[in-house]
Amino acid sequence: MRRLRWKIAGRALALLATVLLGGLLSATLVRLAPGFDADERELDPHLNAQSVQALHDARQQDHNIFRFYFSYMKRAANGDLGTSLALGQPIRTLLRDRAPLTLRLLTIGLGLAWTLTLTLALSAAWLRLSVYDTLTTVVSGTFLCMPAAVLALLSVLWNVPGALAIALIVFPHTYRYTRNLLVKAYSRPHIITARAKGLGEARILFWHVVPVVTPQLLAVAGVSVSMAIGAAIPVEALCGLAGIGQLAWQAALARDLPLLVNITILVTLVTLLANSGADVIGYAARRQEA
Amino acid sequence: MSLWQKVACLVLVLVVGASLAANWLAPGGYAKQYREVTDAPPSRAHWLGTDEIGRDRFARVLYGTRISLLLAPAAALLSTLMAALIGGLAGYLGGAWARTAMAVTDLFLSLPWLFLLITARALMPLNVSPLVSVMVTFLLLGLLGWTTAARVLCTTAGSLRTSDFLRQARAAGIPGRRLFWMHVVPNLKPVLYAQFWISIPVFILSEANLGILGLGVAEPMPSWGSLLKELEGLVSVGEEPWKFVPLILLVVVVTSFQLLLSRQEELAA
Repeated sequence: MRRLRWKIAGRALALLATVLLGGLLSATLVRLAPGFDADERELDPHLNAQSVQALHDARQQDHNIFRFYFSYMKRAANGDLGTSLALGQPIRTLLRDRAPLTLRLLTIGLGLAWTLTLTLALSAAWLRLSVYDTLTTVVSGTFLCMPAAVLALLSVLWNVPGALAIALIVFPHTYRYTRNLLVKAYSRPHIITARAKGLGEARILFWHVVPVVTPQLLAVAGVSVSMAIGAAIPVEALCGLAGIGQLAWQAALARDLPLLVNITILVTLVTLLANSGADVIGYAARRQEA
Repeated sequence: MSLWQKVACLVLVLVVGASLAANWLAPGGYAKQYREVTDAPPSRAHWLGTDEIGRDRFARVLYGTRISLLLAPAAALLSTLMAALIGGLAGYLGGAWARTAMAVTDLFLSLPWLFLLITARALMPLNVSPLVSVMVTFLLLGLLGWTTAARVLCTTAGSLRTSDFLRQARAAGIPGRRLFWMHVVPNLKPVLYAQFWISIPVFILSEANLGILGLGVAEPMPSWGSLLKELEGLVSVGEEPWKFVPLILLVVVVTSFQLLLSRQEELAA
């Protein structure tokens, strides 16, 4: 138990360090990006020289990367994430309004992807029919060879919910890993012996295979969150769903860099939380198994 | 090589050959507009019809294939070299070097690939000439796509560092630099080849995603991404099936790469 606590504390520290470092990296990139110093408001003929100078002075404090980053972090700690340049709205409001839809989309998408993965992988492992195995591999392989954005476009054409598109983008990756893990687990000597002794398939699966593959499957589950977030960008952008993915796409097209930095930090945090959570649960499962 | 791998090889040779012969197969070029036949269905003059501003779709598919199929391996080469340099060297040096390199790698890996790409692409100017947009897109893929390969190479180089033959070479007094270039790098070659082949389909798909999202190769230059953007205007799948040709071609090419990949993985193992 103590070891587990240390593991969680270590993970939390690593997570904090990565988020801070990721934020600094994003802020540096934003600061160094071409066009950072330009403000189209300065072209407004209605503004007088003092107003233009005031706009210029306001940006001067952002010139030092570290000052820019620390002032951002200080404001972020107080809940002020700045204002979107393209949309002219507080970033906090934008994120708060759009997060529930993305969260729902990701939850349903991941749920569907894993249901499909486990159903196909377990049935393939259980049935041990080469035709069935080839068929499932071909189906997952076809989806694997399609760009995520095309699947999003096809979901619009066929009037399919966006969550299903996310599921079909994530599924081929998770299926490939899960199938390989199950094949590897089934080729273990003790399982071959158990089969030879006539142990039932269900008992072999739930007593000998599932406990062996669970920690690795949890790790894959953590990674699948990152895949789903990546898939949310084309799906939300092309299906017209007003979530974080669409916001990131709009920010990229409008070069709204402050908004992009905030989304980057948020996405990094969510991905790392998912991976760390999966890692800690996997660690606990391995210890219990041992 | 299995039968399917031979077929995959043949398909790739045919597709690359056709794209290289684009000047001869479609002498009109990818930007020429036939204004009297805009958005036309396939005909003898235009095998895949024309797009909404009257450009020959067949020519655009050939030239787009050439751009995607020549630049994706170039980006893969760049990313593999970066991975070899960062991952291979870090694994060989070990200790704090390996830990630092892997921490940076983890930082990059913690961001979803497509998200990282569109963020980095947004940092570059979007309103650039078509040729610059091609370079920026594929350079970005090469510069950001090294992380997974670096992790694999770091682990492989790390295991080589503690191998008996390197210990003996070190004990014989061979200097570190020579040891790295003469003994570590040749042993990393199979993994490098595998990582190179793995990266190509990933980059082809990434370019397609960027193109559809409007962050890839700029008009009038064609690429698979910009050609697939046409699907956005479709109302139903059966309406204009010829518009799916770039997608079918992309799926066939990526599948061929995946089939060949299994052979590369076998060789690396």
